[in-house]
Amino acid sequence: MDLSINGQTVSVTAAPDTALLWVLRDHLGMTGTKFGCGMALCGACTVHIDGQAVRSCVLPVSSVAGKKITTIEGVSETATGKAVQSAWQAINVPQCGYCQAGQIMSAAALLQAIPSPSDADIDAAMSGNICRCGTYTRIRAAIKQAAGGAGARS
Amino acid sequence: MSAEPLETAIGLSRRDFLAQLRALGGLVLVAGVAGVTKADDAPKYGADGMPHGTKDNPLVFVSIADDGLVTIVVHRSEMGQGVRTGMPLIVAEELEADWSRVRVTQAPADEEKFGNQDTDGSRSTRHFVDPMRRCGATARTMLEMAAAARWHVPLDEVHASNHEVIHEKSGRKLAYGELAKAAAKMPVPARESLRLKTPEQFRYLGKGGVPLADGEVICTGKAQYGIDPWFEGMAFAVIARTPVLGGKVTKFDDAAAGRVPGVIKIMQMPTIEANAVFKPLAGVAVIAIDTGTALKARKLLQVEWEDGVHGGYDSVKYRATLENAARSPGQVIRQSGDFDAGFAKAAKTVEAEYYLPHIAHATMEPPSAVARIVGGKCEVWAPTQAPQVTREDVAKCLGMPFENVTVHVTLLGGGFGRKSKPDYACEAALLSQALDGRPVKVVWSREDDLHHDFLHTVSVEHLKGGLDANGKVTAWLHRSVAPTLATIFGPDPKHEIPVETGMGFVNLPFDIPNLRLENPEAAGHCRIGWFRSVSNIPHAFAVQTFVAELAHAAGKDHREFLLDLIGEPRLIDPKSQQDGWNYGESPERYPVNTARLRRVIETAAKEGGWGRKLEPGHGLGLAAHYSFVSYAACVMEAAVDDQGAVRVPRVDIAFDCGPQVNPERIRSQLEGAVVMGIALAMFGEITFKNGRAQQDNFHQYRVTRMNEAPGEIRVHLIPPDNWNMPLGGVGEPGVPPVAPALCNALFAATGKRLRQLPVRDQLKRA
Repeated sequence: MDLSINGQTVSVTAAPDTALLWVLRDHLGMTGTKFGCGMALCGACTVHIDGQAVRSCVLPVSSVAGKKITTIEGVSETATGKAVQSAWQAINVPQCGYCQAGQIMSAAALLQAIPSPSDADIDAAMSGNICRCGTYTRIRAAIKQAAGGAGARS
Repeated sequence: MSAEPLETAIGLSRRDFLAQLRALGGLVLVAGVAGVTKADDAPKYGADGMPHGTKDNPLVFVSIADDGLVTIVVHRSEMGQGVRTGMPLIVAEELEADWSRVRVTQAPADEEKFGNQDTDGSRSTRHFVDPMRRCGATARTMLEMAAAARWHVPLDEVHASNHEVIHEKSGRKLAYGELAKAAAKMPVPARESLRLKTPEQFRYLGKGGVPLADGEVICTGKAQYGIDPWFEGMAFAVIARTPVLGGKVTKFDDAAAGRVPGVIKIMQMPTIEANAVFKPLAGVAVIAIDTGTALKARKLLQVEWEDGVHGGYDSVKYRATLENAARSPGQVIRQSGDFDAGFAKAAKTVEAEYYLPHIAHATMEPPSAVARIVGGKCEVWAPTQAPQVTREDVAKCLGMPFENVTVHVTLLGGGFGRKSKPDYACEAALLSQALDGRPVKVVWSREDDLHHDFLHTVSVEHLKGGLDANGKVTAWLHRSVAPTLATIFGPDPKHEIPVETGMGFVNLPFDIPNLRLENPEAAGHCRIGWFRSVSNIPHAFAVQTFVAELAHAAGKDHREFLLDLIGEPRLIDPKSQQDGWNYGESPERYPVNTARLRRVIETAAKEGGWGRKLEPGHGLGLAAHYSFVSYAACVMEAAVDDQGAVRVPRVDIAFDCGPQVNPERIRSQLEGAVVMGIALAMFGEITFKNGRAQQDNFHQYRVTRMNEAPGEIRVHLIPPDNWNMPLGGVGEPGVPPVAPALCNALFAATGKRLRQLPVRDQLKRA
């Protein structure tokens, strides 16, 4: 089946019920999207489907044919994604960094929907993403910084 | 304080202890115990006590390209503590390198070449700061020698500065890139001849302001963790492992699983005998064209297990066993004065018992590794804290010479002690061998990770204290009962080993006239490992909660009471506390400094606004703890709503680790320690029934999330007196004071004393 990933059309052969996560990681070698729980509990596998943050570990690949898939490898193509990645680096958010691809994808989707999120908005959008290293205060600060930066540009 | 000979005090003869350590084999955590290699050896401390010690040869760690790009090798594993930024920063500092022209590369497993690589015990920076400074200074000197030779001037007329060597007299300059080839041929100067920079000359150390070495690749999805290597033709494996420690496969039916399209092979894993150590568990592996297919097929496997001796392990029953042990006398590991007499004479007595369950590391990257075998040589890519042990264990399980195994150390998606044990790397290697060398990636599902972790121990801590008429503590009894991590190395030890008792139990830094510390027996029934800060977690929780209980009984301010208990500023010889371990460090170089302990308490209290007016339902809690030769104190504000739900609006943590290499990463480690401490205090528990861990995934084993994290974490770093002070650890010591500070805050907020973790819904109102 054909998938549209980061603006490119790619053809994959996988069982239709295979989770998008494993198609990305194991069939296509796109390993930026991470595995953390397999039950949509931790957010490490977050990608965008038509701009919405979705957990790819429970998403059958057959359900995303024809939709626009964006992964961490492609999110810098959007102004919001780039602003989030820059803020993350400026604030030195990551510790081990493993969850941060998912955090960045969730944050980018949040800022796309709500350009100046409140703390409650951040809690609502980000509480599905676990960071075991505990970088939450910096994630919050980076989202606010990215929001400020995006606001300044517009 | 009493000063009994160590051997009798710890209730274990030196010979027994040595035998025990030999039995521990590759247990690198305790390999640093002073003087244990041979009874006759002079004690070796710090890095010298670790296998392969340190290396400082710049030809090993530094290379400089013609264009001036400096490549620095990092030989310790990056798991979020910032070692891939901090370690090369040390080298770059002395090298006078411009950080923007430094590239970092990771060493493979090779301790003969790089020195010890075991990334645990909060040791990397503290053990390697001096060797890495010498390494950088040596390289800088060789560049200066090359320049002096080229210009035919005396060496002392030239000096290196910011990526070039300068001859002031003539105004000549040569860039590092122009000197690199000649410098590499210079004789390596003697260590005594090196000029190290003075702290006033530091450009980077203690300054911060440098970006993370891996910040960009992490934020763009390009970072390589152990779960990430990918090759054409790679096969993907998951394993159904024995649900009970020591269990075996009796038979299995793979007919249905084998019919799943995309399954490549289903095979039984070798069964391990005797103790677990780090060996792969018995089980059945499913190898497929992708991990999703392997997981799907694994669900269809029918495996019959023989549970073995641990099939009856039950957390509820075992808690009662531990409690019984804690309520009876046990092996005395330290005493001074006469506790019984002191307690009998006390004006007021307090008795309390604390329970802390097993907790799982739950690294966000579950254990995973890749292996392939080409031409009789095995390559492994592993997120490992123990590269050398991984290489040794892979070689052993494949029956291959050590030299034929290469272990590439990837980034670790969290370590916390779990990834010191390379069972998952051995699994990948064994499965690649079974597929004639084809690259195989083994991934543990989250369920696998929680069911088969090397768990933090479970413990009951029983304390009794006596106060005199003035509210001063005159008698203290502490019994700590917990299965030891030595149980995975066998044969069936029943007592905490010095590494564990030395973590905030035997080395109680209080000034109390009548003291007795006991360690009754406990057996282990699951794989027990080390979890970030290890036995400091139960010990600090018990001690720091009990101090708050005593202060309350005495009607005194907790801060004043704690400072009074610590007593006058003084240096305590760890040996005088029967602590023969002292985190592997020299007791002379690293005495326990109560002035530093007092100072972090005073700083946390001041910065945290101890005594400030709070909203109703809020409370402030305090705790302090010395561990990994560093000092930490925490003041936490907790809030409990009408329903009993807990929130943490603010945490102030004060920390003294001596000289600070990269303060920015020290802050991040403490922020993380606070969040992890809150996670284990609020939610952390793995329970067992019929020998099986009961928690499957993050809905049952909860960790702190964004909406539950503290609103504000304020880190207060104590500046070092000078750079002659030895460094303390950073990665772990922030964790121990967090849980007791939280429960002390919850007591202040609600009047309810919590003596067992996790807090979970203990404050919930019906």
